[in-house]
Amino acid sequence: MSTAAPAEVQAAAHGDSLAAVLRARWEALKGGDVGSLPVIVGIIAITAFFTYKSPYFFTSVNFVNLIGQMAGVTVIAVGIVFVLLIGEIDLSVGYLSGLASVTVAEFQLAGSSHDYPGLVAIALAILLGAGVGAVQGSIIAFLGVPSFVVTLAGLLICQGMIIEILGTQGVIGITSNQVNDVSNYILSKNTGWIVAIVFTSLLALASLGTYVGRRRAGLPTGNLIIAIVRVLFYGGLAFAVVAVCNHTRGVPLVGLVVLFVVVLFSYLAGRTTFGRHVYAVGGSAEAARRAGINVKLIRILCFVISGSMAGLGGIIFASRLNSVDLTFGGGTILLDSISAAVIGGVSLFGGRGRVSGALFGGLIIGMISNGTDLVGSADWVKYVTTGAILLAAVTLDTVARRRQVAAGR
Amino acid sequence: MSTAVNPVTLELREVFKSFGSVEALRGVDFEVRNGEVMALVGDNGAGKSTLIKCVAGIYSIDGGDVYFDGERVVIHGPKDAAKLGIEVVYQDLALCDNLDVVQNMFLGRENHDPIFRLREAPMEQRTAETLKSLSVTTIRSVRQPVATLSGGQRQSVAVARAVLWNNRVVFLDEPTAALGVAQTRQVLDLVKRLGEQGLSVVIVSHNLTDVFEVADRITVLRLGRNVGVYERDKTTEQEIVRAITVGTAPEAAAS
Repeated sequence: MSTAAPAEVQAAAHGDSLAAVLRARWEALKGGDVGSLPVIVGIIAITAFFTYKSPYFFTSVNFVNLIGQMAGVTVIAVGIVFVLLIGEIDLSVGYLSGLASVTVAEFQLAGSSHDYPGLVAIALAILLGAGVGAVQGSIIAFLGVPSFVVTLAGLLICQGMIIEILGTQGVIGITSNQVNDVSNYILSKNTGWIVAIVFTSLLALASLGTYVGRRRAGLPTGNLIIAIVRVLFYGGLAFAVVAVCNHTRGVPLVGLVVLFVVVLFSYLAGRTTFGRHVYAVGGSAEAARRAGINVKLIRILCFVISGSMAGLGGIIFASRLNSVDLTFGGGTILLDSISAAVIGGVSLFGGRGRVSGALFGGLIIGMISNGTDLVGSADWVKYVTTGAILLAAVTLDTVARRRQVAAGR
Repeated sequence: MSTAVNPVTLELREVFKSFGSVEALRGVDFEVRNGEVMALVGDNGAGKSTLIKCVAGIYSIDGGDVYFDGERVVIHGPKDAAKLGIEVVYQDLALCDNLDVVQNMFLGRENHDPIFRLREAPMEQRTAETLKSLSVTTIRSVRQPVATLSGGQRQSVAVARAVLWNNRVVFLDEPTAALGVAQTRQVLDLVKRLGEQGLSVVIVSHNLTDVFEVADRITVLRLGRNVGVYERDKTTEQEIVRAITVGTAPEAAAS
């Protein structure tokens, strides 16, 4: 389909008119690149459904709750994105997050020999996650053991460590304010506004920088209106979130943590050589290797990211309850995190997807969990719904992939 | 035969390479001169692919020497080969389907600032320029994923990638194998253009018609050895076929 018009080389595709851009997007859609469309439709549908079912769902108080509920899984899902991008899987993130929860609790434990300040405990827990990720990644990269098995073993080992550490007391209370603030601190209303302003300004600056850079280089700049609409949309979204939160208590700090993680890793994946190489390894590890990319190092670093984010997620969970016990790391954390990434459009086959998908996927999973609780549905409804959405997301991914291949030749 | 006086760019002397008990290369000699199109032919298993991968740094050689511009060099990996200016376009093209044309052209050698932020604009600019200089006009947008390109377009991207880096020696592994008539024509023209620009081109092909059209000289490999180097103008397809299938005494073939 693309070879039909050899004469109109560069000009046609880069036509700056709105119609041309929309047409190109439509072509991509038909070619299997559905982008974030299903996610947006999903979020709107779920919101509409629960708003209809429960008077409490669409309230500012519940929205602030939702941010706290989805934060841990979303952060872990960001790490999962990198592992999925290189075509691997990390099953250890659930119990690794639990181990990080226990670690952060242990290192702030008053009256023990390792009674460190909260921030030091937090740093140690993230470092532990990174270290476990590095070990798992090294085994996978150097020895070629399938990541499924290595991280399954990691899952069991982490679970065992949690039982061993908590064995005698069964529960550790968290008294450090710094640790508890991660999930419970609420930003002042003015700080919330400042965050929205800074976020929107950075977004606008980045878009402007790209536009000016391309213009100076004499390259097609794309449609200016679409760029402006995009900045206004995401900026407006940021202001809307702050406005809703400020209507009640304010923006929770953990929301800022999630935003920071998503923006940082989106930048890493989209704008740096490291990110480019991650996508290359996921697309074709052999092509990447022949191009001189250190494929082993990329693999290890992806597992380090996944481990670190599991660590941060664990800190968020521990902070939320102000204590840790034997249930930490279990339950649906692992599957929710992987589901969040996949629902967010990250391919299980590697090489396709965005970090921001983790945020949207995390939001969908968080909304279902939050909504079913509000409606008072039985637990099975929550599981069946999440499962059905995950299945739909994976099916969509598989079909999209097939269509993309079919459109290729 | 202006190439006869040109200096040798890349030379292999007595190169050995084996995989376990299988000896793929048994003391191969090979050379290519500046601005020359050298064909590398041989039956399946003659060692053509192994030779390419040794020069590209994919395999390390077990014995023998490699000389570049007359200096002895050791190629430890793809980066060393790239540094010398040796580029290989593989039969499977080694493209990442999920990345776009620009991203593939600069794969592993991205233009970035000191803190590893990508500089997209200059990369896109040079990609467009290079494709234009090679008269590759069928690719609509350099920002479309390689997965959406046709076989000929993918080949063009792979060859353009080799040219982009001002390389000294370009290996083309079966560049016309999967192409139709018109696209084969384009690629052969491209190969000639590379030679005229002063690059050393090594083209591996089973298609002797293609070989005789573009090559200045022809090296025949058989069972991991060099059985002869022939001037295109002083040999025939029959002679090459005989060398490929039954081999010839090395002293008789030396030209």
